[in-house]
Amino acid sequence: MKTLYNTFESDNIILSSLDYVLNLARANSMWYLLFSTACCGIELMQTGGPRADLERFGSAPRAVPRTADLMLVAGTITLKMAERVKILYEQMAEPRYVISMGSCANSGGLFQSAYSVLRGVDRVIPVDVYLPGCPPRPEALLSALIDLQKKVKKEHYFRKK
Amino acid sequence: MDATLISLGLNPMPAKIISMVIICLIVLIAFVTIGGVLTVVERRISGFMQARLGPNRVGPQGSLQWLADGIKLILKEDLIPDGADRTLFKIAPYFCLIGVFGTMVVFPWGSGVMVADLNVGLFYFISITALVVFGVLMAGWSSNNKWSLLGGMRAAAQIVSYEIPVGMGLLVPILFSGTLSMGGIMAVQGWAPWEWIVFQSPFTVMSFCIFFIGSLAEANRTPFDLPEAESELVSGYCTEYTGFRYAVFFLSEWANLFVLGGLTTAVFLGGGNLPDFLADYTFLSVLVYMAKVSVIIFVVIWLRWTLPRFRIDQLMNLSWKYLLPGAFVAFLGQAIYMLITQHIPAVQTTVAVLMFLVFVFILIRFFIRVRVNMREQQIPVNSPASDVPLT
Repeated sequence: MKTLYNTFESDNIILSSLDYVLNLARANSMWYLLFSTACCGIELMQTGGPRADLERFGSAPRAVPRTADLMLVAGTITLKMAERVKILYEQMAEPRYVISMGSCANSGGLFQSAYSVLRGVDRVIPVDVYLPGCPPRPEALLSALIDLQKKVKKEHYFRKK
Repeated sequence: MDATLISLGLNPMPAKIISMVIICLIVLIAFVTIGGVLTVVERRISGFMQARLGPNRVGPQGSLQWLADGIKLILKEDLIPDGADRTLFKIAPYFCLIGVFGTMVVFPWGSGVMVADLNVGLFYFISITALVVFGVLMAGWSSNNKWSLLGGMRAAAQIVSYEIPVGMGLLVPILFSGTLSMGGIMAVQGWAPWEWIVFQSPFTVMSFCIFFIGSLAEANRTPFDLPEAESELVSGYCTEYTGFRYAVFFLSEWANLFVLGGLTTAVFLGGGNLPDFLADYTFLSVLVYMAKVSVIIFVVIWLRWTLPRFRIDQLMNLSWKYLLPGAFVAFLGQAIYMLITQHIPAVQTTVAVLMFLVFVFILIRFFIRVRVNMREQQIPVNSPASDVPLT
């Protein structure tokens, strides 16, 4: 489908500077979906707290996938939950990003040989940033967000990929 | 303004239309900017309340955060859920927007600064804000989502119930000033606090409190934000909205906060009135008005981050069992008070000054109490975990 997202063929000066401004706005307004399934969720809550304030970067917590830009998969994903992860991801509006937080979301972690655990959330949805740790500290999550911002700033919003 | 355009050689009719369009644009842009800036203010104040910082990366002290949010929301994909009523889903946000932005016709920006001083200004104000409930209900109904529908229904019940105490609360200033026009109500009051309507008698204080609580509920602010209670209803009536339509909801909600502050200031707190020797400086009057509005807005945000949410039955009880009878009592009391004291202005002034002094006393006691509490509990003021460095 032809949308605003991929309107233009090639690169030029106007589009580059426009891209710069738009990406700056998008990177600094990464509203994240509250999606925590295990102990990483506790660290995620701490990241929203006073010590490592995630909202400094303009990231507000959202309870709804529709308005969220960023899905923080925090915790172990069981096979039953994997379907829900997929549904939630599909409900989010483009452009959308995923941070896989902690070993469990990266690879199944400690529980990877369990019969009911998904071995890495990237088997279900595309992941932009992998964040190691069991669980990662709030500072690590902040650095993952900054990495994601760097990635967003390099994107070409109006051009075909 | 149309006089200037006529002198430039335009016919009267086009000149009038052009000047109207220009005035509308100015006020529209002012409202959009204020609505946007208020989102940042709210997030910064919430940070302050929770010993956090809040958004501070975009622009100086995060002051351009709202632009980033706005651009991002406009760039997002435009989703309409399968099974939604497409027409209603598309037009619902604009009902909210019109309901809030329609008030700018009679919105007083200071004494004598308004687009039109209608003689039924206050009536118009209450009527046009009632459009918001249509938008909310439409959004809830058309989304084809049970949480949206519940949120919309709750919003309808809440706003309709609280419109009655708000209207009854506004009857007391109308009774006092004998007019429905915003300019008229502001002109009745003076610059000094004891000349404001709120301090005229115990009954005006009562009606002010009822009006303020009721308008909090009408603007869907905590403790009455049941239509979007995250813990119960995901996000209430705007659950299914993305992108630009969500931005419209977002904007109208925060512009509504400004409208709330503006109406309270104009009707109860003396508007932008200045002492006689300063009366020529319109700009100063706008500044005074904005200062009062900011105080009200701060109090509203403060309440939001202090109080927990009401239950729906408590909400209804409060409106029908306490606020509405209270508003009737205030109205009757003020009428009787004015009847008794109508020929003795000395009593009226004394009561007004006394009410003001009581208010000042309560304010001072409040600040002393806060300081004592802080000293007893050893709370460091505004130092978010300063002893531990962030690595």
